[in-house]
Order: sequence, then C-alpha cells, then structure tokens
Amino acid sequence: MDMWRNKRLTRPLWLLLLLCGAAGAAFADAQNANSQNAASPNTCVDCHSAMDAPLKVTAEQFAQDIHAQRGLGCVSCHGGDASKDDPDEAMGKAAGFRGKIKRTDIPALCGKCHSDAAYMRQHNPSLRTDQLSQYQTSVHGKLLAKGDTNVAVCVDCHGVHDLRPPKDPRSPVYPANVAATCAHCHADPNHMKAYKIPTDQFEKYKASAHYEALTVRGDLSAPNCATCHGNHGAAPPGVDTVQNVCSTCHVFQAQLFASSPHKAAFQAASMPGCITCHSNHKIVHTSDAMLGTGKGSVCMDCHSEGDAGYKAAAEMAQQLGQLTADAKNADELVTKAQDSGMEVSEARTELDQTRDSLTKARVTIHSLDVARVNQDVQAGLKTTAKAQQEGKAALAERDFRRKGLGLALIAILIMLVGLGMYIRQIEKS
Amino acid sequence: MLNVIRKWLDERFGWEELMAPLRHKKVPLHKFSAWYFLGGMTLFLFGIQVVTGILLLLYYRPSANEAFESVQYIMTRVQFGWLIRSIHSWSANLMIFFAFAHMFSVAFLRAYRKPRELTWVSGMLLLFLVLGFGFSGYLLPWNTLAFFATKVGTEITGQVPLIGRQTMVFLRGGEEVTGATLTRFFGFHVALLPGITTVLLLLHIALIQRFGMSAPPSVEAEWAAHPEKKREMSFFPNFMLRELMAWYIALGILGALAAIAPWELGAKADPFAAAPAGIKPEWYFLFMFQTLKLIPAKVGFIDGEILGVLLFGLAGLLWLLLPFFDRGDKRSARWTMGALVFVVAYVVAMTVYGHVAK
Repeated sequence: MDMWRNKRLTRPLWLLLLLCGAAGAAFADAQNANSQNAASPNTCVDCHSAMDAPLKVTAEQFAQDIHAQRGLGCVSCHGGDASKDDPDEAMGKAAGFRGKIKRTDIPALCGKCHSDAAYMRQHNPSLRTDQLSQYQTSVHGKLLAKGDTNVAVCVDCHGVHDLRPPKDPRSPVYPANVAATCAHCHADPNHMKAYKIPTDQFEKYKASAHYEALTVRGDLSAPNCATCHGNHGAAPPGVDTVQNVCSTCHVFQAQLFASSPHKAAFQAASMPGCITCHSNHKIVHTSDAMLGTGKGSVCMDCHSEGDAGYKAAAEMAQQLGQLTADAKNADELVTKAQDSGMEVSEARTELDQTRDSLTKARVTIHSLDVARVNQDVQAGLKTTAKAQQEGKAALAERDFRRKGLGLALIAILIMLVGLGMYIRQIEKS
Repeated sequence: MLNVIRKWLDERFGWEELMAPLRHKKVPLHKFSAWYFLGGMTLFLFGIQVVTGILLLLYYRPSANEAFESVQYIMTRVQFGWLIRSIHSWSANLMIFFAFAHMFSVAFLRAYRKPRELTWVSGMLLLFLVLGFGFSGYLLPWNTLAFFATKVGTEITGQVPLIGRQTMVFLRGGEEVTGATLTRFFGFHVALLPGITTVLLLLHIALIQRFGMSAPPSVEAEWAAHPEKKREMSFFPNFMLRELMAWYIALGILGALAAIAPWELGAKADPFAAAPAGIKPEWYFLFMFQTLKLIPAKVGFIDGEILGVLLFGLAGLLWLLLPFFDRGDKRSARWTMGALVFVVAYVVAMTVYGHVAK
C-alpha cells in the first residue's frame, strides 16, 4: 500500500496507463474507419442473408463486391452500426442509420467517394473521379434531377451489393455485357413508353458488325453502346457530331468524308453523316453492292439517273468491280499453281498488295473523288497483273516439268530394257 | 574403247587385280534374295544426297536471316534448283525408309550372326547417323514447322538425366532455338555427320566385302544337307546390273515425286509466333513422339517424359547389341523373331497412330 503513496513510483504507472488508453482509442478509430473488415462482425449480413429478395444479401454475394474487398461495409452507404446484435441499436437513428437509399440520392452517395480524388487515390488511383459530374450532364442525370426515378442511376448499370470492377467478365459493365445492360431498360417497351424512343436498338445492334467483333471475335475494343453514347454522360450523339463519334475509330473515312461534297450537302439537308449510308445501331458489314447504281446501292437513296452523283457512283463501282474481278481471277490462277506444288510466294505477296489497294480504294470512296479512287484501283490492277503473270508462268513451268519428267521416264525405261537385254545376253553366253 | 581404257588402267594400277574380289564375290540365291537390294538402294540414295547436297551448298546460306530466302531462291530462281532441292528432300526420306527396311531385313534373316556382329553394329550406327542427318537437315530451310519441330526435339533431348540439359544447350547453341542453332545444325549436317558417316560406311562395306553375303540359317542348313541345291550369282556383273536397274527405277520415282509433288517450303520461321496446332515431327520420329505423348506425366516417382527417353535409349542400346544376345540356337531364334515382330508392329502402329492422332 505504501507503494501507491510513493509519488515517484506511481507517476510512471499513471503515464503508462494513459498511453495504453490513447493507443486503445486510436485502434478503435482505425477499426471504425475500416468499418467491417473480414475480422469484424457484420450483423447486417447475418440477418439479411436470411431474408427474401430484394432485402436478401448473402455473405458470399457481398464477398464478391469490390467495395467489400477494399474494406468498406454496409454501414459505409447505409449507415448504422454493424457490430450491434440488437436491430434497434444497429439500425437506430443514434447510429446514423439511413436505411434504403432513395434513387434520387444514389448518384450523390456514390459520388461522395467517387468524386473525391484524394480518397479514390488511396484505393484506385487510375479511376476517374468525374463520373458524377458527367452523369449530371447525361439524359439520365437530367431527368433524375427533374424527379424522374425511372431513369438509370449508378446501381442499375453497375449492380449493388455484388458490384464488380468493369474488367470482371461477370460485371454488367464489362464491355461484352454493356449492350445487354443498357437493353435491360432500353429494349423494354413499357419502360420506354414515356420517353417515346425506339426499343429495337439492341436487336439491331446484335445484327451489326460491331456486335460480331465484340462477341464472336472477342475484340473488347469493338464498340458497345457506351463507346458512341458515352457511359456516365450517356446521350445520343447529335446529327452534326455523328461523324465525330465514328471518326474515333474510322479516322481515314471521317477525314475523307469531311473533304467530300457530301459533308456540306448532308449538313444542308440535316442528314447525319456516317449513319445516312451505314445506319446507326445495325451497322452491317459493308459490301461493294452499297456503291453504284444497282439494287442495294445506298447512293440511289438520294441520287437519280443523270445527276453527277449517279455518274460518280457508277464509275467508282465499275472500277472497284474490275479490280475485285481481276484479283479473284489472279487468286484462282495462283492457287491452282500452288495446288500443283509450285512455289508462288512472290505472287502471293503481289496479291496481298492488291488486297491492300482494294481496301484503300474502298476507304477512298468516302472522298467521292473518282480520280483518287481510280489511283488506288490502278495500283491494285498493276499488282494483280503481276500476280497473274507469275501464276501463268508457274503453271507453264509445271507443264514443262511434267513434260521433262515424261521424257526422263522414257529414257529410264529404255535404259531398263537395255540392261534387261544385256543381262539376258551375258547370262545366256 | 572400254578395253583400251581397262588395259591402260591395268598396266598402271593393276585394275584386274583390284576388281578380282568383286568378280569372285557371290550372292546367294534363295526366296529372300530380293532383300539384298535394300542395302545397295540405301547406298544409292545416300549418293544422291551427297550430290544434290553439294549442289544446294552453292546457293544455301546458313543464317536465320538468309536461310529461308536462299531456299526460296533455289526453288524459284535457280535453274533446276527446284529439282535438286526436291530430290534432296524426297531421297532423304526414301533413304531413311530403306535404311530401316535394310536393318529389319538383316534382322529377320539373322544376317548379324557370327562373324558379322560388327557389320550389324556399324550398320546400326549408320542408321542413327542417318536419323541425325534427317533431324539436322529438317531445320535448314528455317520454316515454321522445322523451327518448332526442332524446338520440341531438342526439348526431348533435354530430358535425358544428368547430361540432358547440357546436350540441349550444346545442340541449340544456347538456351533457345535461334540462328545459332541453325548454323550449328548446318555444321553437323554438312561436315560432322558426313565425316563420321564416310568412315563408318567404308568400314561397313569393307566388312561386307570381307565376310560376303549371309544366307538365312534355314537356307544354310538346307544347302549343307543338299549341296547340289546351292545356288549363287556373281556379284559382278550379274547382281550389280540388277542393282543398277533398281537404282534407275528409284531415280524415276524420285524424278516423278520432284516434278509432281515438289517439296514444300512453307512459311518462314517466326520465333515469336505461337507453335502451329498439332505440330508433329517427321514420320521417322513419329513412333517415339507418339509414345512420349501417351506416357502419363508421372509414372510413380519418375517423370513420364524422362522415363520414355530412358526406355528408348535402353531399347536402342539393346537393339545395337542384338547379335550378342542371339546364341544361334533355336531358342534364340524364337526370341529374336518374337522381338522383331513386336518391334516392327509397334513402330508401324505408333507411326500410323501418330499420323492420324490430333
């Protein structure tokens, strides 16, 4: 007991206790900051995993969530205290429980973290922080601001409680899944009734070359809805800016179109650039039949016999047709020689160059300049003629070899007969 | 005219004396005599290889940057280059086929019996060398198939315990198949292997000349019992002329193959490209390749591929020493025949399976 009275001994003990208390408080703060990490209890999931949808959230489901993986928990969005077993305490006002988030509040709630560059840097420094401001400029955001709760908010596209990063193939915003996610609302006639916009975009898109590239070839850089319309700032591209959207990938075509007489003509007629000929959602593979004056030509949608466009279209189609036909003939010839065992790699290189010229000519068409198209076509015809010549030479060489073989075999046969006779003669004698 | 030349040579070099052993050499005549052509045919095809190989050397360039292009040049620009290259490739395959056929015929006739054990051993070593020619020559055009086949082949060599890795690095001239491998294989193909082969070939022919042609044990026994039934043919000129006829036929077949199905060149090797799907070695390595594919990854505590390589090594060694296991009695004959039938059936079945398997 004397010890407690001895001030020289008790002072360090009090200091030690104080330090321990401070350390404990700091630890508790850190625990709160991380809300519910793996070690801390989550009474929300304990109850909600046993509930029916839409209140059901299982531990397995939540474990897949990117936020949960980064240490955030239910209380980060919904408030409350997940460490309390008593529902009244866990979801009490004192614990700051917010309950179900109103749809109109969701973008702002997500934006609270996602618009905070300093906070996001701690978790994902490469992630942009302008989603909320972009969303506010989108058709979705503008309508939501007017009180329309039918429009898409963050969770409609990204999911909720099992939210995955866009690189995860199971995420609804994974490039190959984006179109289906948009279609969830945009292909629903009941949902879209109030907005008076078509609901066939997804069906049309599924028939497009872009969809094929994305799903059949697995090219994740192929356009989905967000590529042309934007994601968080989603809005239809205006008539005047369609070519700007397409030109992000189709650079040369856009440059040639901008220098063509179509540019001014389309603007004057309030016609959207690229989609006038290629459509918008159902952008199918192009073919030479789209050019010219025949059936299936898009030129004839506006031009008619006798006008300058009709003549240019006919001329360009004729040039392309000639190059395509010549290239096909040359290819058949070279293939025939190749199948006969001839070495035709040089002719194959010429045909590759022809293919390049043909592709270039098909791009140059967007300039509507017959002379420029002709330049590419002539380059192609030149290499085609070379390939054809080499194919013919290879076939002539094949015939020469076969004739030579015939003569050699005759000579060998004569030798064999001669040897046979000689053997008979010496064995007789 | 020929008589004048012969007389001239005889006066100076004793030509008649030199040719005397050939004139005295006899070829036994029995129902299996046709098999005696196989060795000569292999020799003829080897000669074709030497001649066409020397001609190809005039244009071929052994570097990763030029090898493919030089072969392409031979095939398209050089007068009759296509013929020389195609005959070289086709005759290489036919030579390997005839070398195998010759080896099996000798084994079936049990021609390796005393005193011809060393003839067999030298012949087997020649067969291994011929396979070495095939393996090293296959890479020389530096095309995609050759590149990856060499990669797989040298990788298998790397599985040999203790010396495998060192051997692989030695063969490749480094850790990977590169231009250094090509230059090295070229050296093996045109200098090292031909040098060793020439020495062994001379030894093999000298031994055949020394001991003569062997008749099968059953024929020998019959002739011993009935000496009047013994039939023989002079090697020179009677058998030699018939051999010459066979060579002419082979030449015709080679010409036809070269003209109708010139040996393909394929695409230039790209070390950064993925290996073509279902890549396989040449047909003569297919039975080993397919066996290695069928062995499980682990057999007990030992790695499957290592086990396969060890088994093939052991089998090759036993086959090389075959004459020393055959004691010449009936029991040995039964065992040898049984083993032979099994080996031939196994090699043929695995080759066919390897060819059709994906």
